[in-house]
Amino acid sequence: MGRTITEKILAAHSAQAELHPGQFVMARIDLMLGNDVTAPLAIEEFRNIGAERLADAARVVLVADHATPNKDIEAAQQCRLMRDFSREQGVGRFYDVGRGGIEHALLPEEGLVAPGECIIGADSHTCTYGALGAFATGVGSTDLAAAMATGECWLRVPESIKVVYRGERKEWVGGKDLILYMIGKLGVAGARYQALEFCGEAIEALGMSGRLTMCNMAIEAGAKNGIIAPDAVTEEYVRSVTDRDYTPQSSDPDAAYAQVVEIDCADIDLQVAVPPLPENSRSVRDVEETPIDQAVIGSCTNGRIEDLREAAQVLEGRSVHADVRLIVVPATRRVHLQAIREGLAEIFVEAGGALSTPTCGPCLGMHMGVLAQGERAVATTNRNFVGRMGHPESEVYLAGPAVAAASAVLGRIGGPEELP
Amino acid sequence: MSEIRGRAHVYGDNVNTDVIIPARYLTSSDADELARHCMEDIDPEFAAKLKPGDVIVAGENFGCGSSREHAPVAIKAAGISAVIAGTFARIFFRNAINIGLPALACPEAAGDIEDGDEVAVDLASGRIENVTRGRSYQAEPFPAFLREIVEAGGLVPYTRKRLAAR
Ligand code: SF4
Repeated sequence: MGRTITEKILAAHSAQAELHPGQFVMARIDLMLGNDVTAPLAIEEFRNIGAERLADAARVVLVADHATPNKDIEAAQQCRLMRDFSREQGVGRFYDVGRGGIEHALLPEEGLVAPGECIIGADSHTCTYGALGAFATGVGSTDLAAAMATGECWLRVPESIKVVYRGERKEWVGGKDLILYMIGKLGVAGARYQALEFCGEAIEALGMSGRLTMCNMAIEAGAKNGIIAPDAVTEEYVRSVTDRDYTPQSSDPDAAYAQVVEIDCADIDLQVAVPPLPENSRSVRDVEETPIDQAVIGSCTNGRIEDLREAAQVLEGRSVHADVRLIVVPATRRVHLQAIREGLAEIFVEAGGALSTPTCGPCLGMHMGVLAQGERAVATTNRNFVGRMGHPESEVYLAGPAVAAASAVLGRIGGPEELP
Repeated sequence: MSEIRGRAHVYGDNVNTDVIIPARYLTSSDADELARHCMEDIDPEFAAKLKPGDVIVAGENFGCGSSREHAPVAIKAAGISAVIAGTFARIFFRNAINIGLPALACPEAAGDIEDGDEVAVDLASGRIENVTRGRSYQAEPFPAFLREIVEAGGLVPYTRKRLAAR
């Protein structure tokens, strides 16, 4: 019986020849990640374990991105704890304000992820890195603490679901629409504990940015990891950011899947997921006429340069609607710089948008765009749960950058083809 | 481990980490502070009505969303002695195991227990008893691998032992 890419990577990292879904392993972790919300707790547990030194400082990445630039004194204390710990333990990859950005956009860009690697992060969207053919999954702070102490993490080998995207994408339709559509079919628990393996011609034709968006939201269907087999697109991307060696894996043709889902891209319009769950996705045409107060373009899902280019294409020469606040957040320092160099920054500010420094801020209702009672936002982020972006009676509609930008101009939800 | 016994607080499907502990409180890792805001966005009365030992009973996919360990930490610190759900989101489940909050998957119990019922749980056997209604249910047993972590008292003592053995 053949094996899936996920099973092969986990086998290679636990020195097991044969692995079966459901089996538990202690896996060797190539890279482990924490942020300013999860690392402080991990550091405390690291001390409780009684470990004095990191098993390998070179495999630890700490990113200050959630409540940064420090939103208040408590946030400042959390970041300071990470900074002090990094100095004490020699963590070279501590990314402070101005140096890094949002973790899941940052790590691939910094060349810290390569095909075949096994990565954990104390953040649920760690599954993003599957876009590069790595096994990557979100864990908790205590898991990170144990991995920092031992270099290993306990994992259950997941069953895999294969999602095949056939045909060609329609105009403006991107990775966000492909993944929202799929979550709508599977539901928020449809892939619980399982690996989501994306393939098919539409995936092959998708650039790395769209692939990262898709794997980022695998967790929104409950998945343990999202993964795309490495191909020429992957190779080109990885070679542009690092020259280190790696061992790519891919699924055998006769690998066993718990389920195979076939999707025809001809059925996928621009998507919007209405609150309070990402599974409530539908065609943008079904939610037009929904007025909005705020539009947010950014996050680890859609804050890369390709996303900002798409938004700028919609916003160029247009103005943000008088009743809407547009907030644009480049995901990383490099994206920010590129947006300035390409003139995108100017387009956003000229249109009446607020351009922020890289931060998670608005995505989780932390700062930089918190919603008041009764307010509604359209956002390129990944979660529309109750209270996600602020007051429990505020609402978040999820969409891709083209819809978010067009909605900012229209003052209501709508697609770019509706603009005059 | 002693028997778990308390009143049930019942919730629906997809109770996510944003409502278990909203992000606005995440600049603290202090368990008692987190406990004060536990479940606040779906049940503002939660902290006030809770008695130590009470259990949470919920439907499918409990704890979905963020990886924040603050969620099970808040629940545990609030005095909840176990969470019984139809199914758990995986990161919540591993966090619960890692910090020693009993998390039992039992669709039968989740569908039958009503708010305010008195519930008793025997962790060793996975037996859940509805004292109020005189019914009992069998939760999925923990696999041997996880039992080791649970029996060690969580991932911290488990890892301490592994390190000492090296
Ligand atoms: S941008 Fe949002 S989803 Fe992504 S890591 Fe930050 S808080 Fe999490």
